[in-house]
Parts: sequence; C-alpha cells; structure tokens
Amino acid sequence: MIKIEHLVKRYGDKYAVNDISFTVEEGEIVGFLGPNGAGKTTTMSMLTGFLSSTSGRAEINGIDILEDPIAAKRQIGYLPENPPVYMEMTVREYLNFIYDLKGCTLNRSMHLKEICDTVRISDVYDRVIRNLSKGYRQRVGIAQALVGNPKVIIFDEPTVGLDPKQIIEIRNLIKTLGKSHTVILSTHILPEVQAVCDRIIIINKCKIVANEKTEDISKVFEGSRRLSIKVCGPTSSVLSTIRGVEGVTYAEVLGSHDADSTSYLVESAPGVDIRKMLFNTLAAKSWPIIGIESMGASLEDIFISVVDEPDQTTRKKRRRNRGDAEKEA
Amino acid sequence: MLAIYKRELRSYFVSPIGYIFVAIFLIASGLLFSYCTLQAGTGSSVSTYLTLVMYMFIIVLPLLTMKLFSDEKRMRTEQLLLTSPVSLMGMVVAKFLAAYTVFAATYLISCLDFLVLYQYGTPNAAILLGSSLAILLAGGACIAIGVFISALTENQLIAALGTMAIIVFFILTSILNGYIDNAVIRSVINWVSIMERFVNFTSGIFDFNAIVYYLSLSFVFLFLTVRVYDKRRWN
Repeated sequence: MIKIEHLVKRYGDKYAVNDISFTVEEGEIVGFLGPNGAGKTTTMSMLTGFLSSTSGRAEINGIDILEDPIAAKRQIGYLPENPPVYMEMTVREYLNFIYDLKGCTLNRSMHLKEICDTVRISDVYDRVIRNLSKGYRQRVGIAQALVGNPKVIIFDEPTVGLDPKQIIEIRNLIKTLGKSHTVILSTHILPEVQAVCDRIIIINKCKIVANEKTEDISKVFEGSRRLSIKVCGPTSSVLSTIRGVEGVTYAEVLGSHDADSTSYLVESAPGVDIRKMLFNTLAAKSWPIIGIESMGASLEDIFISVVDEPDQTTRKKRRRNRGDAEKEA
Repeated sequence: MLAIYKRELRSYFVSPIGYIFVAIFLIASGLLFSYCTLQAGTGSSVSTYLTLVMYMFIIVLPLLTMKLFSDEKRMRTEQLLLTSPVSLMGMVVAKFLAAYTVFAATYLISCLDFLVLYQYGTPNAAILLGSSLAILLAGGACIAIGVFISALTENQLIAALGTMAIIVFFILTSILNGYIDNAVIRSVINWVSIMERFVNFTSGIFDFNAIVYYLSLSFVFLFLTVRVYDKRRWN
C-alpha cells in the first residue's frame, strides 16, 4: 500500500532523513516512533507530498507522490502535528470546505454525518472551531483526514496535548480506523504504539533503527533475557550454584529484603529459557525459589537503548548500574 | 480550487478586514471623487480622480492581500492545502481571484459616482470605461504582487508593508523622472511604471500595450508565488 524506498531529505549538508525504506501493507497500523527531531515529521511530510524528497521514492497505492501528486494525495488523509483548522469556521463549514477541497463524490450529508459520529464531534457540529477545546480541535483534525474515505491515513502525533481520557478515546478510534484503512501514526509516546500498532518502526538520527511487529520487537532488542529470582538459602553458595546453571550468562545479588531470602539478578543467553533448569537445580539443593519475575526489557528500555546508546558496552554498563541501584534499594 | 476561492472570499467577511477594505475604499474614493469633480477648481477633472484611485491602491490593496498566504502559514493550515489534491497553481489562482473579486466588486460599486457626472454634464465615456478597465487590470497586478509577498512571510504586517513598497515602486517612481538625468534609467522606470501606461487611459485613449503589460505583471507575480511554494517544497 505504501512503499518508501531510500528516501533522503537533506538541507544543505544536514540530513533530516537519511535513506529510509519501508513498506506498509494494506490494513496495517504502523507506529513511527522516535525522539523529537528524529525525522518522523519530515518522513510523513514527504509521504504526503508536503515536502519533496532529495532522493528516493514514496509510493502510495502504486502512485509515486512526485510523479502524480494529485492522484497520490487523493489516497491520503493527513493530520499534521497541529490540526490544520480554520479558527473562524464552524465545524460544519470546515468539513464542507474539506469535502469540496478534496472533490469528494460520496453523499455529502451522509458521509460527513458518519465521520462526525465516528470521531464524536456531532455535538459541536455548529460551533466555531476557535471556541473548541484542544481535544475537540484534534478530533476535528482527524475528521478532516477521514473526509473522502482515503485508503491511507497518516497521523502526526495525534495524541499530543490531550488529557488521558481523550488519549484513550483517540487510540480506540485509531484502532477502529485500522480495520478499514491503512494507518501510519507517529509518536514519541511508547505505550501508544504498543497499544495501537501492529508494527513499529523506530527512527533515530534520521535513520530507521528497527522495523518489527509489535510483539516481536522486544525479543529482537533484548540481547539477553533477565530474571529476578528470590531464593531461600545461603547467599554465596546460591549465587555460585546459579552461575553454574547451564545457559546463565550473568548473575548477581540484588539484595536481601527478608531474613531468610535473597534476590538475584540472572541473565541468560538470548532465546534460552532457564527457569525450569534453575528451579530443578535449586530444588535439588532444597533452596526453594519463592519468587521469580521476568525483567524482560520493556519497550521503554528498548527505545532508550536504541535511541541513546547504540554502543553495546555502554548499554551493558548501564544495565549493571541499574542492578546496583536496585541492590541499594 | 473553487472550494479555496469560496472559503477565502467568505473569510473576508467573517473577519472585519473585508468590511474595512470596502469601507476605506468607498469612503476614500467618494471623497476624492467629490473633491476632484464636484468642487470647482482649476484642476477639476475626472481624470485626476482616476489617477488618485490608482494611488489609493498603495494603501488599500495590501489590506486585501496581506493575510492570503501568511495567515495560512501562521495557522498551519498551509499543510492542509498543500497535501490536498489541488495543484499549486490552482491554490494560488483561487486566492488571487478571491481578493480580486472583493476589489473589483468594490471598485464597480464606487463607479456609481460617475452617475453624478451624467446628472450635471456629459462626461467622456471613453475616459470612464477605458480607465475603469485599466484600473481593474492594474489592481489585479497589484493584488498579484500582494499574493506573492504574502507567500514569503507569516507576518501579516510585513506582508502588507512589503506589498506597499513594491506597489509604490510600480506606481509612484515615475514621478521621480523629472529629477533623473540618465536617459536609460528614466526609460526603464517609464517602462515598468504602471502609472505611465495609465496616463493614456485618462485621456480617453485605449492603450493595448498597457493592457498586455498589466496582465503580464499579474501573471508573472502569480507564477512567482507558485515558484515560491515549489521551491519551499524542495528545500
């Protein structure tokens, strides 16, 4: 549905986007994740034809955005970072304007009513946009993107500046839209992509650093699996036993919170589940495990490690430091 | 394109700016008209009035054009237009026509003044018609200049002042000709001057060259506006 090949945007000798390629299938919801200034908006601007690329191609439904911009733009509904609303218009006037602007052929009143019901702005339909709250303006912006029923919908940070309830509403709305549209949304809020998207593309310093299915992304990025286990038994011998278990790459004491038990941090090689082995080994010595907790990297950890420190050693160091901090706690 | 034109036209009259323009234009032209023609004086002639209408452009036309693109940029609605299935030329022309419609309609209303002349005498219809046509076309050129300038900035005040400066150049500089020795500079100024070409119309002569010049000037500035947007996309 969307095909981006080696897209580059350069301002002078400064890259805003450097060689980005990805595809989005029909009906997918893709999250574009990255810190501020990573190039998310620039990529989206090029995809929507607002900016031209320095090199590379962007195709919407087989139509190159630079070769036939008008046909390509017809396929896209775009909500920029700030909802592009005319403050002096009422919602009704605004949506009718958009309807004309996009040259829609659908039944006007039915189509607009349907959209207003979907994004829930029917109750403010005759109010002037200037007087609406930020949440409502955002929804009017979304409504605008839906006019004409475009195949592809692109949202640039759709939930910025909304209150938590509105955020949940908008996310649900996006999920609903995903059933009948291809959706790309950008955000720097992690739970958002986790909650909404089928696939995550992480972009940092103008390049794609990850492009994975949401459920796979933590597996890919976690070099090793980490467990926190709580064991009753003499600390030093338990630790050396744990270190002896096959598959364990690293273990250390996290701290003892109770009189007779100690917590340990255990890391294992990627793709190895050591929990059974640990249980059996420790049970054989009758040191019961009274707690086991996966410390699998959350999306947040992945994001920070990918974005902050591409350098493996510093990442490891950081993890150790965190272990120390937990120990002190 | 029609959608943009309609929205733009409407926006003149949901904000005060449209009314202010119409009011200033009609009051000023009415005053100038009565001063130039109804009051006895040595220089009393409708030609003087028509020339003064052109001078009025300097003040009033920037009012119409200052918001056209600068406001879109400031409100971030520009993205909406540029990502909608409308060509750049369509967008620019729609905005130009919206401003032009307000201007032309207002000027035509002010032409009712001429009826007074028919009450008291027999004015030269060639002067009135020819000059009105020239005023309408020269106004178009000035509006195109305003469209272009407003595409360069998101500050309406700067857009207005910039437009005034350029209109002053096209309308007023020929006044300086008496003080310039160099024949080359003088001929250049005469050639680009909107005013020099207007003089014939005020004598009742139909100057086809002037018509072509006014139309070309409008076209050039509209084209430059499209180029501004095109270039911005590429930078």
